[in-house]
Amino acid sequence: MSSIDTWVSEFRARSAQLPGAALPWLAAQRQHAIERFADEGWPTRRHPRWQHTSLAFMEQQEFAPAAQPVDAAAALAALRGDETGHWLVFVGGRFAASLSDIGPLPSGALVLSLAEALESHSEDIEAAFGNAADGDSPAALNTALAADGAFVRLAPGVALDAPLHLVSIAGASEASRHLRHLVVAGSGAQATVVEHYIGGGQSASLTTAVTRIMAEADARITHLKLQQEAEQAIHLASIASVQARGAHFASHSLSFGARLARNDIRTRFDGEGCEALLNGLYHVDGRRHVDHHTCIDHARPLGNSREFYRGLLDGQSRGVFTGRVVVARDAQRSDAMQRCDNLLLSRQAEADARPELEIYADDVKCAHGATVGEIDEDSLFYLQSRGLDEIHARRLLTYAFAAEALERIELMPLRSRARAALLARLPGGELLEELL
Amino acid sequence: MLDINNLQASVEGKAILKGLDLHVKAGEVHAIMGPNGSGKSTLAQVMAGREAFSVDGGSVTWDGQDLLAMPIEERARAGLFLAFQYPVEIPGVSNAYFLKAAVNAVRKHRGLPEFDAMDFLTRVKAEMKAVGMKEEFLYRSVNEGFSGGEKKRNEVLQMALLEPRLAILDETDSGLDIDALKVVADGVNRLRSPDRALIVITHYQRLLDYIVPDQVHVLSHGRIVRSGGRELALELEEKGYGWIGDSGEVHHQPPAAGAAS
Ligand SMILES: Nc1ncnc2c1ncn2[C@@H]1O[C@H](COP(=O)(O)OP(=O)(O)OP(=O)(O)O)[C@@H](O)[C@H]1O
Ligand SMILES: [Mg+2]
Repeated sequence: MSSIDTWVSEFRARSAQLPGAALPWLAAQRQHAIERFADEGWPTRRHPRWQHTSLAFMEQQEFAPAAQPVDAAAALAALRGDETGHWLVFVGGRFAASLSDIGPLPSGALVLSLAEALESHSEDIEAAFGNAADGDSPAALNTALAADGAFVRLAPGVALDAPLHLVSIAGASEASRHLRHLVVAGSGAQATVVEHYIGGGQSASLTTAVTRIMAEADARITHLKLQQEAEQAIHLASIASVQARGAHFASHSLSFGARLARNDIRTRFDGEGCEALLNGLYHVDGRRHVDHHTCIDHARPLGNSREFYRGLLDGQSRGVFTGRVVVARDAQRSDAMQRCDNLLLSRQAEADARPELEIYADDVKCAHGATVGEIDEDSLFYLQSRGLDEIHARRLLTYAFAAEALERIELMPLRSRARAALLARLPGGELLEELL
Repeated sequence: MLDINNLQASVEGKAILKGLDLHVKAGEVHAIMGPNGSGKSTLAQVMAGREAFSVDGGSVTWDGQDLLAMPIEERARAGLFLAFQYPVEIPGVSNAYFLKAAVNAVRKHRGLPEFDAMDFLTRVKAEMKAVGMKEEFLYRSVNEGFSGGEKKRNEVLQMALLEPRLAILDETDSGLDIDALKVVADGVNRLRSPDRALIVITHYQRLLDYIVPDQVHVLSHGRIVRSGGRELALELEEKGYGWIGDSGEVHHQPPAAGAAS
């Protein structure tokens, strides 16, 4: 069972063995976090940030380890292909050194597993770890239980030459995994971080993930998340970034797997002239559910934010988007734009898109728009009138709708990867393979 | 080759084609003219299989087959081509992919080997040159952001690649500059052959200087109300449609001798 009490006892059983358990600050944060979780419980629709996604069912939900053995090496090989770059692999929420391939890093770049870094860099981690009050109760559960993740620190001006891939593979022996990734980028540093989530068998399992990104002045961080967990998985994640003056943050959230996936993505402009791009693409079918809850906090002037979310909703699925934008009183000349477009592939699918603008400054540009539509009949007819059969034409138009989100991914190998992941989800994707 | 008898079609309960007759033989080019809203595009779309229009009566027989019973894509594969009055923009689908998928769908149906990427590129580049399109149009999304004239050229390109047996051009000449007009005319004339037929819908006699039709028809209020040789187009240009009367009375002039050159 996943009732609150189960998690509290799990915490009691595990906490002494968690990496860094001997660090007083960390033990205290974990203790506060589990208390907060026990106090608040799973969010329900009564919670203002969870109006379209209730986790009340979690009280009753059973989670069990995968019934079959997991060949993590094979899963990784299939995922990685021949792509170079820096790879950190986590199996069952724990760093798997033998599968990882960090490779040579430029000087000034530090990449460690969180468990390792707690031994050698605990002060840096304390500053970046976050605390029990962050996010909502699922994030607090992560704060209490996260045993591993990545710790990335870039000295000022250091640029990672290739993407850093953080791969989470569901293991055979655990029913839940809790990852915490910390990225600290010095001024002018640059990196692309890719989080992958795969695996999870026939039985229900839980992944929680918290990613915290601190970008100093003029740093440029691109974050891409490719969530392809098994269809019984529950995936609860948050990505939180803080940007100093002139920092640039891009987030691409591709959510294709899991029975229920929730991504809280927020960034705060802590200095003037920050830029953020939040790009998202999701596909759900059956009775699956996906929710992106975003918040851009224009705390300082001259910030520019762009949000684009696109959803493909099939079966009786539901796609939820909330775009909260806060512009502080002195954040003059802020420019915020937001769009959410959903394509319904079935009459029973449902889309919710909601902007939440809170604007206290007067010299600002804010725009938002949302659409929900079906496949365009004129386009369908045009394609068929050129000899394409209806199924091919529908798939092509579905793909085309999603492709716009892919085009915002600048690095070509990542874009191709995202495209392949999408085509693998779409029925008849192989027909469209030559688009690759 | 094509026999349309007493064709009646409506959209949302509104009758648009009200008993239309048209007969086109292999090797012929027919021009259809007529006032705005008279049903020209409706006729073209019904022939291509647009389901928004309901066919309420009459028949369309094409090479002995019941055209109206065929699914949209089967019509295309069998060699029917409609150049749209308003070509559709399809963001996210590259023109190259679209053209290749279309050409291969048609080739497969005809028992020809499908083009691979190389063969296709060679072929499409040659045709693009002929219609005066730059290669970059291959890599842009289908018709997205194309100018009016570029969209029309893209239609002519598709026609050239698909080599239809029956092509219907719905105002492919509208909004074109004089060079583009020649491109369209050239595309049509290259396609002309004894086993093909073409129907050219136009408002301008100018196009018919380049594409000399065997017959000209006037469509008004959902019927062909007058048919004649190419001089009918000149007459229309001079006098407008008023003199025809639009009561739905049907006149027929046999084509003047020599018009079918
Ligand atoms: N989808 C539709 N819904 C309602 N009415 C329609 C629809 N499509 C066509 N019509 C109507 O049918 C009539 C015939 O339209 P059609 O497009 O066939 O005319 P046309 O002869 O091609 O005109 P034009 O010369 O302006 O292109 C018009 O009155 C038009 O408004
Ligand atoms: Mg028309």
